[in-house]
Order: sequence, then C-alpha cells, then structure tokens
Amino acid sequence: MPSKPRTIIEKVWDNHIVAEREGAPSLLFIDLHLVHEVTSPQAFSGLRARGMKVRRPDLTFATVDHSTPTTPRSLPIVDPVAATQVAQLEKNAQEFGIPYFGFQNRMQGIVHVIGPENGLTQPGMTVVCGDSHTATHGAFGALAFGIGTSEVEMVLASQCLLQRKSKTYEVRVTGSLKNGVTAKDIILALCARIGIGGGTGCVFEYTGSAIRALSMEERMTVCNMSIEAGARAGLVAPDDATFQYLAGRKYAPQGAAWDEAVARWKQLPTDEGATYDHSITIDADTLEPMITFGTNPGMGMSISGAVPDPASIGDATERDSLRKALQYMALEPGKPLAGQKIDVVFIGSCTNSRMSDLRAAASVLKGRKVNSAVRVMVVPGSQEIKRQAEAEGLDQVFRDSGAEWREAGCSMCIAMNGDQLTPGQYSVSTSNRNFEGRQGKGGRTFLASPLTAAASAVTGVVTDVRTML
Amino acid sequence: MKIQSTVTSFLVDNIDTDQIIPARFLKTISKDGLGDQLFYDWRYNADGSQKPEFVLNTEKAKKSQVLVSGDNFGCGSSREHAPWALTQYGFQAIISTSFADIFKQNSLKNRLLPVVFPKDAHLALLNALSANPDLQVTIDVEAQTLTWPGGPSVSFPIDAFAKHCLLAGVDEIGYVLQQEAAIAAYEAQRFSTLNTLA
Repeated sequence: MPSKPRTIIEKVWDNHIVAEREGAPSLLFIDLHLVHEVTSPQAFSGLRARGMKVRRPDLTFATVDHSTPTTPRSLPIVDPVAATQVAQLEKNAQEFGIPYFGFQNRMQGIVHVIGPENGLTQPGMTVVCGDSHTATHGAFGALAFGIGTSEVEMVLASQCLLQRKSKTYEVRVTGSLKNGVTAKDIILALCARIGIGGGTGCVFEYTGSAIRALSMEERMTVCNMSIEAGARAGLVAPDDATFQYLAGRKYAPQGAAWDEAVARWKQLPTDEGATYDHSITIDADTLEPMITFGTNPGMGMSISGAVPDPASIGDATERDSLRKALQYMALEPGKPLAGQKIDVVFIGSCTNSRMSDLRAAASVLKGRKVNSAVRVMVVPGSQEIKRQAEAEGLDQVFRDSGAEWREAGCSMCIAMNGDQLTPGQYSVSTSNRNFEGRQGKGGRTFLASPLTAAASAVTGVVTDVRTML
Repeated sequence: MKIQSTVTSFLVDNIDTDQIIPARFLKTISKDGLGDQLFYDWRYNADGSQKPEFVLNTEKAKKSQVLVSGDNFGCGSSREHAPWALTQYGFQAIISTSFADIFKQNSLKNRLLPVVFPKDAHLALLNALSANPDLQVTIDVEAQTLTWPGGPSVSFPIDAFAKHCLLAGVDEIGYVLQQEAAIAAYEAQRFSTLNTLA
C-alpha cells in the first residue's frame, strides 16, 4: 500500500523523531545548533550548574553578532557590558569545546548569514538557534526555528528538543516578480495579508513559480521573516539552485558523500497529493514594492498606497492599535508614504545583507549621491561578504555615494551595539522589525527592500525605486 | 496550583517582546534584575523617572499576579528575558486571546501561565473588570479554569505535558536526559552530511 503523501515539513519532522511517549511532546533530534552571545550565557550557566558537557559540540557552532560594534575591528568593544557578553561566549566556547567564529575571526558574521555561507545549513536538517530569525535556514529545505534560552540549554545537554508538531501552511506565490519588486516585497506582502499573528502555530512552505525563480539568497530573505507573520519556521523545498549553492562549501559533504546526500535531498520535496492545514496564494505579477507604515511588520502596504485611517476599522482594539501606531510614527492617515522625509537608511541585517542585496543597493547608488540630510549605513552580513563586496568594488560605490561601509553584524536591526536611531528619527531599513524603539528608543522604522532603501537614500524621502530604474 | 489575584488590564494587541524588554537590556549574562526593566520604554521617562499614568507603575499592578492583554501577546523575538522580566515583576499568569509560539513555550518553562481565552470570555472578563477594577480572579491550573465572583467558569487549554511539568515541578532537561538510550540509538543510525573534518 502506498504511504500517505506528505509535505516536506512532515518528512523532515518524521526523520528526526527520537522518541514519542504518550501524553508528551515528541523528542526531536537537532542536526545543527547555532549559538550567539545574547541568548546563550544563561544556558551555559545552567549546564555548568548541572556539571554537564555539551553532548554534540560537533553539531554546535557559535559566533558573535548582536552586541558587536560595526566600527573597524582594530578598535576595542567600548561598551563594557557588551564586551563582557562577547568574552563570556568565547570562554564558554573554549570550555565546552564548541567551534567559535569570534569577533576577530575571518568567518565572523550574523549567525544566519554564516551558517549557509559555510555550508552548515543543509536540506532536510533540523536547525535551531536562540533567535527567532532562525527560519532563514528554511531556504534550504531545513526545518529551522528559534528557541528560548531554556531550550538552548536542553539542546546543549541532549542535542534534542521536546516539540509538538506544528500545523502546515502553504504560501503559494504564483506568476513572476516585476522589475523593481523583490523577495523582500513578497514577504512584506505576506505579513500585510495575514498579519503578524497569521501563521501562529504553523510552519510555512513557500511554493509556486515566483519562489522557484528566486536565488538562494532571495529565498533566505523570504524565509527569514516567516516569524514576522507568526510562523516559527518557513521553508522552501530544495532544488538544483539549492544544490548548486551548497556544492563545494566548507562544511557541505564532499565526493561520494555529496552524491549520496543529493540523492537523499531529492526525496524531500512535498509529495503529489499532500495536503496542508492552511494555504494562501499571492500573485507576484500584481505585487509592487512594499513598505511598512506602522509598528509591526504586518502594518505594510504597496509603496503607491496611502496610510490607512483608523476610523475605517470596525474592531475597537484593532482601531486603537492602528491609532497608537500612527501616533508613534507621527503619520497622518490617508496620506501617501512616498515623499515622507527620512533621516537614516540602514542596509543590512539577516534579512538583507548578502551579496545580492549589496549589489542591488549599489546598482541604484552607482553614480549617484546620497541626500545630504540622510545618514546611510551599509553593514555586510559577514566578514566574508565584506571581502567579496570589496573585491567587486561595491564598497567604493557606497563610499563614493556618501554611504558608510561598516564591519559585519546585526547593527541597527536591533540597536544593541551602539548603531541606533535617535528619538523621532525616521529610517528606511532593510531589516525585519519596525517595533517601537527597535532601532533605538523613539526611532521610527519603515521596512523595505534594499532597492527601495537605496532609492530613498538618494532622494532623502521614501521613494518608489521604479522611478529610478 | 491556584493563583488568586486582582487583574492588571493592559489592552494592547500584538505586544512584542521588544516592548516587554527592549533589546539593549539583553547584554546581561544573568537572568536577574530584569523586573525593573519590564516595559521599560513605556514605563519610564527619558530621565529614568516612572510615568505615573502607566499601568505597571500603579500600586494595584505591583500587587497583581495576573495580566490581561490584547491579541497575539509576546510576538517577535525569542528572548526568554521576556518571561523572566514578567515573572520578576510579579506576574504568574497572562490572559490573552492568543500568544506567539516561542513566547508561550518560554513562559511555560518559567512557570508563567499563558491563559488563552476565547474572544467572548475575554470580553466578559474585561467588562467585569471595568465594572469592578478590584475584581479577584481564581486560576485553577489543575482544573484549567478561571473564575471570578458572579462570572462564568472559563475553561482554558494547557498542553498536557506542560501542565504535568508545572504541577509536579518536572525538570524537562532531566526528563529528556532519562531518554539517553533512545537518543544514542537515534544517533547510531543517523545519516550525517556535516563535513566536520573540513
């Protein structure tokens, strides 16, 4: 009898069940555990208190990205609290024997950038990290999700997690993207369509022609923000683009092991006839560049649109939330966002700091100057990307335009490292969250693509990049 | 396990973990001292003084162990500092119509009870609270009910295993480590593609 058709989400889940006990969540094996300085110190303390070792240091990799400055690496970390946190991870990595891409390491970078870059992230894996943007790794067909510090401790101790199975949610993106519209606009459109809680309890599988046409870097951008639509994970089934990206990378299998791995990975895509608990279809042909206007990533719209009016919303709590958001953003309902004056442009983060993002931004900035009233920061996702961009001369394009070219890290996406907005400032940012104060206390964030960010950097106002292409 | 308390009402939808505890406070390497930083940017003025009108700065809230909030509480980042800050402030339960997945799991691991209410019961509780702001509620974890004088008994779901851990004080890591034989058996047959010799 043929077995029931399964989605890739169910296949990866089934492949990792260690044990199932009546009444308890499944015990799931974790293939790759990524660790950073912010969410791990208390987990290592817990492990130490138990007198335990890390069970699988060979499946655990650590780096520093959140608290680290993006000023030249020759300078010390001036914030003593951040310096202590970074030093603590180095100490923990040494004590527990974990591979560590430290502050001065050539391979240091944002944890969700260096995992794929080094071939650590592979199809069919379970990947966890104490970070909600772990979903990024889903671009490879991995089941990748963020966990809390207690769960970090559990994975360090056992290489396993207790988990209940999530529901499955197909996000089908049909058609093809128009010029000036990017992967970032797909995911911002999804957030706007289903809201910041729309995918709660679910894992997304992104399917359809517009997803298939994306490069691996673009797929990472889409998967990265799954959590912004409420889903703990989101993935894309692997295909030739996935295998081509991975071939030859440092930790990817080599030789005969590579052939064997590819044969296995080809079994992962969702079976014909498999069903999902939920589904939505987005037509890429109708998508425009997207921008957020509010204080969560679901408060987004087409760049040609107008800021919604709270008076038009029936539900009282929703109406109050929008009113509160617009008050924080100091925006008028009913007015377009295009033309809104800005102070800062941030190009970076685990969402949009890879080579294709930097190339896109540079394509707009080449031969142009950034507006004199705007501070523009370009922060590559990893030191490797920084070297590659410099080899291509992108750093010169940015510098010539008047933008700052900085060292790798999370930077102004989370504003833990000194890179931040001042109260009242507006930014167009390629990052993933526009929550109140996310980029600095009192700062106001418009989330958008690298193309939109670069175009707005030139004009000094929120700008539809299609007018400049 | 029963929680009897007044209720602090903070009716905002989509409260994200960046509001619960702003990222700049995550540079700590300990779990302590986070209660004062709870909702920092909503709770304090630029000079560090408390905003007296903010609900968490009221004497009533300081004595309350239950918070009722809007939909999708705890969305955003995976920081466990959020439930640490909430419990250190004094909360033992949060009532909402829904919770973000990671926040919910983090809360249960820190004995902070996420109480998911249907919309009508949520509204009934809010109405009862506006009629009597000093209303006392009783949460019975074993029975999975929340009651208040003159109100209905509202049932709420809790994952059976999480409930067992809460009531029996189970150390989840210890529970997993008891399954060493199963973990070792899984590892023995596991196909690894990670080229760790590189």
